[in-house]
Amino acid sequence: MSTACEELVDPKQIQLDEIIEKYRHENGPLIPILQGAQGVYGYLPAHVLKHISKAIRIPLARIYGVVTFYAQFRLTPVGRNLINVCLGTACHVRGGAKVLETIEKELKIKDGATTDDGRFTLEIVACIGACGLAPVISINNEVHGRLVPESIAGIFAKYE
Amino acid sequence: MAENQRILVCAGTGCASSGALPIIDILKEEIKRQGLEGTVSVVGTGCQGFCEKGPTLVIEPQHILYTRVAAEDVAEIVAQDIINGERVERLLLLDQVTQKPVSSLSDIRFFAKQHRIVLQNCGVIDPKKIGDYTARDGYKGIQKALKEMSPEEVLEEVKKSGLRGRGGAGFPTGMKWGFCRQTPSDKKYIICNADEGDPGAFMDRSVLEGDPHSVIEGMLIGAYAIGADEGYVYCRAEYPLAIKHLEIAIKQAQEAGYLGDNILNSGFNFHLKVFAGAGAFVCGEETALMASIEGKRGMPRVRPPFPAVSGLWGKPTNINNVETWSNIPHILRNGAEWYGQFGTEKSKGTKIFALTGKVNNTGLVEVPMGTTLREIIFDIGDGIQNGKAFKAVQIGGPSGGCLPESMLDLAVDYDTLTQAGAMVGSGGLVIMDETTCMVDIARYFLNFSKKESCGKCTPCREGTTRMYEILDRITKGEGKEEDLDTLENLALTIKETSLCGLGQFAPSPILATLKYFRHEYEAHIRDHKCPAHNCTALLSYTIDVEKCKMCSLCAKNCPANCITGDKKTNTPYVINEEACIKCGTCLEKCKFGAVSRA
Repeated sequence: MSTACEELVDPKQIQLDEIIEKYRHENGPLIPILQGAQGVYGYLPAHVLKHISKAIRIPLARIYGVVTFYAQFRLTPVGRNLINVCLGTACHVRGGAKVLETIEKELKIKDGATTDDGRFTLEIVACIGACGLAPVISINNEVHGRLVPESIAGIFAKYE
Repeated sequence: MAENQRILVCAGTGCASSGALPIIDILKEEIKRQGLEGTVSVVGTGCQGFCEKGPTLVIEPQHILYTRVAAEDVAEIVAQDIINGERVERLLLLDQVTQKPVSSLSDIRFFAKQHRIVLQNCGVIDPKKIGDYTARDGYKGIQKALKEMSPEEVLEEVKKSGLRGRGGAGFPTGMKWGFCRQTPSDKKYIICNADEGDPGAFMDRSVLEGDPHSVIEGMLIGAYAIGADEGYVYCRAEYPLAIKHLEIAIKQAQEAGYLGDNILNSGFNFHLKVFAGAGAFVCGEETALMASIEGKRGMPRVRPPFPAVSGLWGKPTNINNVETWSNIPHILRNGAEWYGQFGTEKSKGTKIFALTGKVNNTGLVEVPMGTTLREIIFDIGDGIQNGKAFKAVQIGGPSGGCLPESMLDLAVDYDTLTQAGAMVGSGGLVIMDETTCMVDIARYFLNFSKKESCGKCTPCREGTTRMYEILDRITKGEGKEEDLDTLENLALTIKETSLCGLGQFAPSPILATLKYFRHEYEAHIRDHKCPAHNCTALLSYTIDVEKCKMCSLCAKNCPANCITGDKKTNTPYVINEEACIKCGTCLEKCKFGAVSRA
C-alpha cells in the first residue's frame, strides 16, 4: 500500500537530505550541514554522520575530528531543555560559581550531563555576552540574569 | 503633547532577558487604545548600553530615559508622560551625586561623558529596518566611495584616519587593507570577525544586534578598496539574535541594491554571507577562523604566508572585527581629518568598552581613546558596588592583565596599556573589588585557556594545564615557595614558543597578577591565607564566646552538623574545624556578629 511505504520514510531523514542538498555545492559545506543535522536530531548520531560522510564525500574520520573539536556539536542526546550556565569573567566575579553549585544540587547532575528524566541538560559556557546582568544562565537560548541561588527553583519550574 | 514622538524600547539581549519584549507589545496596545497611533510610534531597538538599569526606554524627541521599566508601568507612562507631558518620577534615574531624579539623557553621567560614533545608531534605530539606517545617513559612505572616489583614494582615506584594528592587537587597518590590495589575484575575500569570544566583552554582539547595516556598509567600502567581491561574517553561534538581525539586514541590503552585482550601477560586485561559528575560542585567531569556514578543525597555522597573500581557500583575504568595520562608514562620510580629532596621537577614534563586574553602572561605554580608566570606572561607571574598595580592573580578557589602583590614571590606548602589562584587547573591563582574589582570577583565566587551547603547540597545550595545576594548588593552600619561579619560567617559555595569540598571551593574567599582586600569592603560600577571603580551603570560621548568645541558629543551619553547644548547660557554641566545610552559612545566619572569618 502506498501509505505504508510513505510511513517507512523517516521525516528527519528527509529534512537531513534537504539540508545536505542546500549546502553540498557550496565551498566548505561541512559545518553548516552538521549544524543543520544537529538542529533536526538534537545531537549527531553515528548513522547521521555516516550518511553525511557518504553524501558529501568527506571521510568519517575527518568529520569526527571536526565534531569533537567544536563545543557546539554533541554525540549524545540532549535533554528537553538545555541550560547554559555562564562562567565568563563578569559572572565569575559576581557569584556565577554559587549559581552553578545550586543548579548542580537541584538537578543532581554535573557539567555535560542530562537528568535521568531527560528534562534538563547542564552545560557550562564561557560568556554569552549578557555580562551587564551577571551572573546569568540561559535556558534554550532564553537569558535569565541578575541571579541569586534562590531564584533558580522558580526559573526551572517554567520548563517542563 | 508633542507631535510625533518615538518610544524606543531596548530589545538587546540584556534588556530582553530583563523582560523588555512584552513591554513593547503592551506599549503598542496601549498607544492604540488611547488612539495615539498616528503621532506616537513604538520601536524595539538594539542595545542602548545601560544594561544595569534594564529594561530601559527612551522617549524622543525629548530624550527622556526610563529605567527598570515593568509591564505594569506602561499605562502610567503613556497616560502621564505621553499624554500629559509629565515625567513618571519613580522610573527616572537618580543622579549618582545629587540623588535627584534626572530626566534627560544628556544629563545622565553614564551617557554624558561618552562619545558615541560606532554606537550612535544602537538603541536609536530599529535594526530590522534598512530605512531607519538610511534616514541617519546610512550607506552614504559607500555611495561617496563608489561615485566620487577610486579604490586607492578610499584606501588612503582609511590610512590617513589612523584607525587601528579593534580586535585586540591594534594593527593599522589601512596598512592591512593595503597588503591585501597589492596581492594580485583573480579572487579576494574579506571577512568580518564576529567571533567575540573574550569573556566579558559584548560590544560586537551589540553592534550586530543594534546596527547591522553599519557593519555591512563598512565591509562594502573595504571590499571596494581592496578589490574583493565576496565576504563572510563569522559570528559566534552563542549570539542567535545577532545572526538573525544580520541575516535580515543582508536581505534588505540586497533588495535595496547595496549588495549583489553592479552595486549602484558602478560595476562593483559584492556578495556577503553569514557563517555561524560552532563554539571554539581559538577561531577568533584569523588563520583558525578561515580554517573553520573551510569546514576544518579551527587550528591556527604558521604565518607567513599572511592571509593578505594566501587566506581563505588560498586566496588573498582581509579580516577585521565588527567594531573596526563599523568605524569605516563614519570615516568615509565625515573624512579622515574629522576622525583624527578623536583619540590620542597614535590611537585615533573612540573605543567601546564593556563595563562589567563589581561596578555600579554596567553596560557599554564608548569613549575617545586616551580617556583614563578612572574616568571610565568612577565617572561613567559610578564606582564600586555596595561601597566596597576597588582592587583591580581586568582588561583585555584571557590575553590581558589586571591593573591595580595605582594604574587608574593611565590613558587607555594601545601602546600605554601594553606597556603596563595589559592590553586593550577587545575592550572588556571587568571591575574587581576587595573580595576578589587575584590568585583565583589567574587560576580562572588559565582554566579558560587550557580548555580552549586547540592542542597544536605543546607549550600551550601542556603548559597552560601545568600552570593551572600550580595555581589550583596555591588556592588550596598547598603552594610551595618555588611555585612562583616555576610559574614565571613556564609563562615566559609559553609566550615565546606558541604559534598564535591564544598561547602567546595565555600567561598574561599570571604575569600581570604576579607583577601587581605578588603579596596575595605570598599570603596564600606562606601564611595559608587568602586576603580576599575568597579561597574556601584557606578560610577558618570561629565563634566569639563573648558575643555568642547561644541561640543555636548557626548549629541548626550548619549543613555539616559541625557546630555544637547548649544553652541549658551554658555551653557556648563552637565549630569543629576539622568537619567544617567552610560554606559560611553560620556567618550569614548569626544575628549577633559572633561568627568571624579569617
